[in-house]
Amino acid sequence: MDGVTTTGVRAHARIAARADGRGGTLLPVLDGAGPLALRRVRSTGAEARVMVVGAMSGPLGGDRLALSASVAEGARLHVGSAAATIALPGQTGDEARYDVRLDVAEGAELHWLPEQLISAGGSDLYVTTRAELAAGAGLVLREEQVLGRAGEEPGRLTSRLTVRVAGRTVLDQELSCGPGAPGGWDGPAVLAGHRAVGQLVVVRPEFAERPVQAQALGECAVLIPLAGPAALVSAVAPDALRLRGLLDEARSLLAA
Amino acid sequence: MSRAALLVLADGRFPAGGHAHSGGAEAAVRAGRITDAAHLEDFCRGRLHTAGLVAGALAAAAVLGVDVRELDAAADARTPSPALRTAARRLGRQLLRAARASWPASELDALAREFPKGAHQPVVLGLAARAAGLGPDDAAYCAAYESVSGPATATVRLLSLDPFDATGVLARLAPAMDSVADRAVAAARRAAAEGVDALPAASGPLLEVGAEWHAAWPVRLFAS
Amino acid sequence: MHLDHTHSGPAAVSADAHRPDGARRALRIGLGGPVGSGKTATVAALCRALRDELSLAVVTNDIYTREDAAFLLREAVLPPERITAVETGACPHTAIRDDISANLEAVEDLEDEVGPLDLILVESGGDNLTATFSKGLVDAQIFVIDVAGGDDIPRKGGPGVTTADLLVVNKTDLAPYVGSDLTRMAADAKAQRAELPVVFQSLRTEDGVADVAAWVRERLAAWTV
Repeated sequence: MDGVTTTGVRAHARIAARADGRGGTLLPVLDGAGPLALRRVRSTGAEARVMVVGAMSGPLGGDRLALSASVAEGARLHVGSAAATIALPGQTGDEARYDVRLDVAEGAELHWLPEQLISAGGSDLYVTTRAELAAGAGLVLREEQVLGRAGEEPGRLTSRLTVRVAGRTVLDQELSCGPGAPGGWDGPAVLAGHRAVGQLVVVRPEFAERPVQAQALGECAVLIPLAGPAALVSAVAPDALRLRGLLDEARSLLAA
Repeated sequence: MSRAALLVLADGRFPAGGHAHSGGAEAAVRAGRITDAAHLEDFCRGRLHTAGLVAGALAAAAVLGVDVRELDAAADARTPSPALRTAARRLGRQLLRAARASWPASELDALAREFPKGAHQPVVLGLAARAAGLGPDDAAYCAAYESVSGPATATVRLLSLDPFDATGVLARLAPAMDSVADRAVAAARRAAAEGVDALPAASGPLLEVGAEWHAAWPVRLFAS
Repeated sequence: MHLDHTHSGPAAVSADAHRPDGARRALRIGLGGPVGSGKTATVAALCRALRDELSLAVVTNDIYTREDAAFLLREAVLPPERITAVETGACPHTAIRDDISANLEAVEDLEDEVGPLDLILVESGGDNLTATFSKGLVDAQIFVIDVAGGDDIPRKGGPGVTTADLLVVNKTDLAPYVGSDLTRMAADAKAQRAELPVVFQSLRTEDGVADVAAWVRERLAAWTV
């Protein structure tokens, strides 16, 4: 149920895309909710483009936000966001949750390329992203987390990213950082003082036969084949700008 | 059940190949991120709460009888670095050899048949603990301890760190190991009831990045 | 000796003389000794001497590199798929004696991938005089010292010198230059080793490895009967 309660906002935004049968993509469902407003934007070719526009600030402590996108057989959907998402402290000090669910059918393709998620000082957010792909589906997914606004201590942020292809989990990773996170999160095994961390996941059926070659992209990023038809770029950087540079370089390597 | 079997399994001299692996410490030392005992402690704490927690939960779940193929696939999904997947399978194969000699069990023979090139080490560790008559908490403790004892021993060799300082680090981490073992067992029980998605997936980005960097070196002391 | 028995199921745990399919496995000979005594050169010479008559492979245990394996590859003494390097975490003696699991996997994988094999040479990284191979890993071991390392090494003894199945005193051609007394070395070795054989060799001479190769052939004949 959507709405504002005493403890925070409950909102679930939904996108559904399907092929129009003439080489294009229709959006039969485009329902924004709460702070997650959705706009269709101009696109070229077969894909539909959607922009997530922040209609109010958040997520704030206590909020329960969800965003689902499903892409039916043969459709192509590109989702971006107009600006970075900033997790902020709420009135109550409760944890906020933001759950993203992505479903991609056979022969469909999703580009999920939102702007950064910034964990502002005092915030507490648990974000999950779960992509469920059919065999023969394609995905380009980018996630970037930034610890604190400029010169600010970060809030508490836990982020779990799960990618499943044909019923098999090919990637399941959780990163927990900020005050109150399990010890060592800013040490040499996890972030070592870096304030931006990101992943780029590319799923392509042909990777099953021809996986990418593992390669280091500088000292703090790596391109690796996952156990399945997928590649991952994992990177840490001092700030959001340099992180984006690393992930863009990796995207061009993968022609994604 | 013999509690002392835990000491045999957790002994650093148990011949299961661990001595040739640094648990990411060699890469962190080369990158200049570990230069003294304080950095080592920070590194170990981070590894314990990420790779150590995941390994502990996988091992405990194996003791509880969760399907080993599902656990092995869950370990793959939680280990994006192919260099670390290879190291985990190699160590799993070596551990299985030692476990089969120490605690002969048809379950271990079946695992060797099913994974001739090795299953992920924590999964093997769980079945080895089971064959030794140990419980899920024992297996989780063993995995948690291994996640920090390997890097500590390796750093003594890499930096000529005072071995008393390195052992002091391990002693200070004991309460954190208790808490990680508890969380690992709780997660394993959830996985036994709900499936392997309930297992923790905590990760350290620099462990993954460093493992690939390390694997590409022509000259190194440790295999991982 | 070893009784014949058949296996069904997974790979053997340790020093079993048979492969999982019941066939006799390759003879494994270890070569140990101090740094620079000529282990890798002896392995290379043995490969050249034996490769036309035997199916053989090599496992190296380097200290911190794959340099010994790289040397053998460069010298092309065997095809590359017959040479495997085991990484030892800075402790070759651990990998050949205390925790042999990585080496056992390496020898088994060689037999699986390029077998059937008659002989596998397992070379240790250069270590000290106490480093010996586990009986769970090798069937016989050769300890290689050289005259330039000091002619008192046989007298000092140590597990390698006293218990190895064959002691090789290498680089005899250097003896006049480093002031080593070969007669004294032979007498000391005899005192330490009783009836165990000792070979003095120089790989600079034509067929310098012939005595060691002959000893390997004898071991192999005993292994395969």
